[in-house]
Amino acid sequence: MSFSNIRREDASRAVIVHAILLTYTLVALYPIFLVVINAFKTRKGIFRDPMGLPNAETFSLDGFTKVLAKSNFELFFYNSFTVTIVTIVIVLLFAAMAAWALSEYKFPGGTALGLYLAIGIMVPIRLGSVSILNLVVDLGLVNTLTALVLVYVAQGLPLAIFILTEFMHQIPKDLKEAARCDGVGEFKIFFAIILPLIRPAVATVAVFTMIPIWNDLWFPLILAPGDGKQTITLGVQQFIGQYVTDWNAVLASLSLAIIPILILYLIFSRQLIRGLTSGAVK
Amino acid sequence: MADLKLDQIRKSYGAVDVLHGIDLDVKDGEFVVFVGPSGCGKSTLLRIIAGLEDITGGNLMIDGDVVNTKSPRDRGIAMVFQSYALYPHMTVYKNMAFGLKLDKQDKAAIDTRVREAARVLQLDQLLDRRPSELSGGQRQRVAIGRAIVRQPKVFLFDEPLSNLDAALRVQTRIEIAKLHQKLQSTIVYVTHDQVEAMTLADKIVVMNGGNVEQVGSPMQLYHHPQTRFVAGFIGSPAMNFTNVTIDAVAQNKVTVSVPGGMKSVLPFDVPADAVGKLVELGIRPEHLTLGEEGALTVSGEVDVVEKLGDSTYLYLKLANGDRVTVRAAGHSRVRIGETVTASAPAGAAHLFAPNGKAFAKIDCPAEFSADDDT
Repeated sequence: MSFSNIRREDASRAVIVHAILLTYTLVALYPIFLVVINAFKTRKGIFRDPMGLPNAETFSLDGFTKVLAKSNFELFFYNSFTVTIVTIVIVLLFAAMAAWALSEYKFPGGTALGLYLAIGIMVPIRLGSVSILNLVVDLGLVNTLTALVLVYVAQGLPLAIFILTEFMHQIPKDLKEAARCDGVGEFKIFFAIILPLIRPAVATVAVFTMIPIWNDLWFPLILAPGDGKQTITLGVQQFIGQYVTDWNAVLASLSLAIIPILILYLIFSRQLIRGLTSGAVK
Repeated sequence: MADLKLDQIRKSYGAVDVLHGIDLDVKDGEFVVFVGPSGCGKSTLLRIIAGLEDITGGNLMIDGDVVNTKSPRDRGIAMVFQSYALYPHMTVYKNMAFGLKLDKQDKAAIDTRVREAARVLQLDQLLDRRPSELSGGQRQRVAIGRAIVRQPKVFLFDEPLSNLDAALRVQTRIEIAKLHQKLQSTIVYVTHDQVEAMTLADKIVVMNGGNVEQVGSPMQLYHHPQTRFVAGFIGSPAMNFTNVTIDAVAQNKVTVSVPGGMKSVLPFDVPADAVGKLVELGIRPEHLTLGEEGALTVSGEVDVVEKLGDSTYLYLKLANGDRVTVRAAGHSRVRIGETVTASAPAGAAHLFAPNGKAFAKIDCPAEFSADDDT
């Protein structure tokens, strides 16, 4: 086989791989694309030609004006944002600390504890909805954002601990021991050396944790459906009626709901790319 | 600066004993090197001194205080790792200042100390760089700098040169020696390289299988190894060994038959009941010369010749199958396949009992003695 043949084969493989990936991207993005274009159309426009781009005749900002003017959209937004951010902060802090303890210190029952925490990955938290609701009622936390944060922290911790433990295992032992010889305390080692080094992992976990929370409808619906505490996914529901659904408003609010999560993702994904451990050892 | 005392230090991992009661005194300002084959426990011992491993038994004293249960930060030590272990997200300056900042020291004082250390180690130009932007040698200097700024009582080095290439290793070795002269600090240094041990140490501790085989100055170990293990470990190329039979024992004299049937009279104090027993004769390659002038002769066929320029190593196969290395002159014209005879003065010989212990040598000639060295 000559050189050019090998190159041609490589090129055709690249084409096939890219074709598959592009197709997948299209399939994944098309619904979002539909949501966004229909948000800018009149009601008639949406039903007459759901796939078509908005044109002079069908273009309308009705949905947006309705959402922003007639509903408490800013409040829903604020609620979702608060719940997501507070949860991420708590999950990252406690997961990182738990992962550090599990990976660094040998103590009796350490492995069992790690397994116990990992079980949470396999058992869907929604199975416990009834008991969670009972618990929240008993605690008097119904219709509070605190209830949502607590549940989401419980939901996010197992996977976060699992991922971060694996990453912490990869940090060279010498580095921690050098810090100990340097007279650095354990807390300072964790916050000043370990956390900066696993920043890419922390960003990954943040993204994994954030998206299901932002998109969740279930727990807001059963734990905090009251006025003033609805999250954005729940807030959108008011435009979906049993008999009439205000599609303009639904699609407009969904389009708006994408924006903050997109911004958060962009912030974290920049961290994903950075590899920081180079130059530590060897 | 301080002295260091190890008293019956033992270490076990579960049922496995790694160190079997190590006794050692390190004086203030002394450069002590632990040397031994891998798995001999030298690194474990260093980590015990550092406080990174728990002590199973015995006492460790730094500056007169028992520090068995103290954490590394309270022991007044600084350690340099084989892998450098620099903080990758900090600049060189921050790497060196990090430990000091935590001690809540005055900022200006920290700055002076870091810059002074950087000047000594020629790192002035690199203070703003990250470890990933440095070469291996520079990284190791930063690691040493990080230890210096702490002004510890004891410096600990764990195979600091193993990751450097050969040329850099020699250069850094000299820098460490200079640094010790300058700082006059107590240093404990672990290596598996006996050349590093010989060149750097005031005192070498040869370890084997969790025990100390011998402690002494480099020249004492070279000329007066107390065991066959030390004899074989110190010196490059390694000492030659061959089995000999004891034919006769007299006052401070012993007659042995060397393979090939030749008899030699050697100045050793050997008990009379050893006659007829098999013992091991050791002789260093550099003490053998071609020809038959010496009291001790060996002959065999040359099967490998290594030319190094200044010298030539000849590998001989003796009649009993043992191999002997001879250091010949650089211009030696001996070829593979030739049968040559090499000899050494009787004073150059070492004799080891079957249990590995050396027999005492009597009236050791000056060129094979470390007496004036100590």
